[in-house]
Amino acid sequence: MMESSKGFSSPRSTAFPAGLRVLVVDDDPTWLKILEKMLKKCSYEVTTCGLARDALKLLRERKGGYDIVISDVNMPDMDGFKLLELVGLEMDLPVIMMSVDGETSRVKKGVQHGACDYLLKPIRMKELRNIWQHVFRKRIHEVRDIESHEGLEGLQVTQSGFDQFDDGHFFSGEDMLTPAKKRKDLENKHDEKDFTDSSSSTKKARVVWSVDLHQKFVKAVNLIGYDKVGPKKILDLMNIPWLTRENVASHLQKYRLYLSRLQKENDLKISYGGMKHSDLNPQDAARALSRQNSINFEQNDATNCNSRISGNNLLIQNLNSKSNEINPRGTTITEKSSPGISHSLSPLEQEMKFPAIDGITPGSYSWREVPEIQFHQENAGNQPEDCFRRVAVPMGGLQNHVQIDQLLPVTSISSKAQLPNLIETKPLNVDYAISSFTQASPVKTRIDSFPVPTKIHTGNQQAIQPPSTNKPSMESQAFNPSCVTNLESSQRNFSSTTPESAFTSPDEVLQVGWLQDYSTCLGLQNIEFPDFGDPSMVAEVPMHLYTALKFDFEQLSDQSELPVINQGLFIA
Amino acid sequence: MDARLRQLQRRWVDCRDALWREGILDSMFLELQQLQDESNPDFLLETVALFFTNSEKLLRDLFSDLAQQNVDFKRVDAHIHQLKGSSSSIGAKRVTNACIAFRDFCRARNHIECLRCLQQLKEEFLLVKNELETLFELENQIVAAGGSIPKVQRRF
Repeated sequence: MMESSKGFSSPRSTAFPAGLRVLVVDDDPTWLKILEKMLKKCSYEVTTCGLARDALKLLRERKGGYDIVISDVNMPDMDGFKLLELVGLEMDLPVIMMSVDGETSRVKKGVQHGACDYLLKPIRMKELRNIWQHVFRKRIHEVRDIESHEGLEGLQVTQSGFDQFDDGHFFSGEDMLTPAKKRKDLENKHDEKDFTDSSSSTKKARVVWSVDLHQKFVKAVNLIGYDKVGPKKILDLMNIPWLTRENVASHLQKYRLYLSRLQKENDLKISYGGMKHSDLNPQDAARALSRQNSINFEQNDATNCNSRISGNNLLIQNLNSKSNEINPRGTTITEKSSPGISHSLSPLEQEMKFPAIDGITPGSYSWREVPEIQFHQENAGNQPEDCFRRVAVPMGGLQNHVQIDQLLPVTSISSKAQLPNLIETKPLNVDYAISSFTQASPVKTRIDSFPVPTKIHTGNQQAIQPPSTNKPSMESQAFNPSCVTNLESSQRNFSSTTPESAFTSPDEVLQVGWLQDYSTCLGLQNIEFPDFGDPSMVAEVPMHLYTALKFDFEQLSDQSELPVINQGLFIA
Repeated sequence: MDARLRQLQRRWVDCRDALWREGILDSMFLELQQLQDESNPDFLLETVALFFTNSEKLLRDLFSDLAQQNVDFKRVDAHIHQLKGSSSSIGAKRVTNACIAFRDFCRARNHIECLRCLQQLKEEFLLVKNELETLFELENQIVAAGGSIPKVQRRF
């Protein structure tokens, strides 16, 4: 296993792609373990993270320490797409997305957010073997970018007064270079792979766009005016000695993409914004209103939106001079990041847990947070209601995005005959005992061939019926009755105690729901959910089923601690 | 001793065959087996154990979610999604399929059907758990008896 080198300044014996430094982010510990193993087998250097914020922390702390990031789309603390964007912008690393969900819309979203690939779980090792191509490709493109700039700058010198030239023809510069020169330089470039401390002007040192740097950038952009902006002008204004025009140019490119993406998302939101705001329940409405009053993103110019929200500190930065006027709709927060703002918004923070990057200080938060809450530009109606509606989008559920499905007709459950077929959970191990996995257990009682699947049936028996007599084997099993995974038996063991953890507090449920909503509001998803806030839409389930569920819950947690039952059928 | 060993090995083969034949595990599991090497001889065991622990927690959460009067279907969906992903990691195909069916009813906000699906899901999970435990236990016994685990080549 060749994991000797960090970076690629090592000699040819650990030839690329071996030693590729991969950061894997996945909340599923099983997948994390498997991916780590697979990547190690590919001779890559692997770091794993179970949380997006940990991953970001690592990436920020060890700048230039990773070559590629592989991340799952669904994570508890942050939407994978957002992480994807952040990594692309801050660290400029290729990011591969993964998911067990392969819906086209999701894949599309991944690509739109900048993923260089989208893998479907289960992931096989052969799919991971080739991920180095994304690193390679990126390097080649970077090199091409540099060359095109150099080519352009050469041209610029000869054409006086054409300041706008490079801006307008940013992307066509490449065509002017001869292919031969490009090829030759490419070969040179990817031979030398030290990207972290290169001082050569032809190599691109990876510039990390810290928050401060980006602020300066945006400030410069706004001063110039987004429409008139160009890398050279920005560079001059920013006045950062070590920053090159190429750095600015590529960052500008990304910035443009980011803004146009925001634009599209907000366009879509607005078109849905007219629907169903009245469906919001009072709790959500109150929150939406309070948010709307505190945060106001007045933007007259789509591209001048520089509002940023970080996770824990709601810092609103609006560097657009226009928006310094008081917004008639409410208070406009125009100060730059300051503790005062975060204090004033702290009640909101408590109420609504943003999918936050924890531990982010005001100086270091990502400027890419939460683009969806930037309601810039077309506040079409310019009425509180519009904002309210739009703010309500992430809050009240996906109602704005979705038609309300007609709830499936709930059959009357008063009569047993109409109960839908609840699967009776027969004890699966009629033939063998359940035991804790970690405990060594004697050989199970299964002697004959594998009959169990045939015994599992979605029977027509009503789950709430008492156990029928045709399962005597249940009784005869020596194992602990509490481990019987049988709904009927749980009925017999009925008691009124409720496991604490069976019920989450309403707040918790709501917050989690909000988080889910929030993450899905990053883009439209295919999940169609009707209004969550309306309790009347929930089917009524008889109480005894609830208690039965509680007991299944208990049983399940008991199972992992079951003593080993020695059936003693194995005879030495 | 030989007879005993042979019997163990036969049972092991039967168990393994059944896993594939009944569609309980798919080729992903094979892939995991191939990942195991001398540097980590318990890789498969550890991975499967992780899956069990993780899944049990998710199932508990699901039971808890669906026991509410006002079910948070988004939360249920999230848990199903996690379980679906997790089960795909070891190739527990029937669990994955059960998740898919479950998710559809969840999206339809059909509480009753969700309960049914959850029961089904739990059964499938227990099935794969028990079968794998049996398999691993037989392996232990075989090795303890001085034998080797039969090399059954299965091509998918």
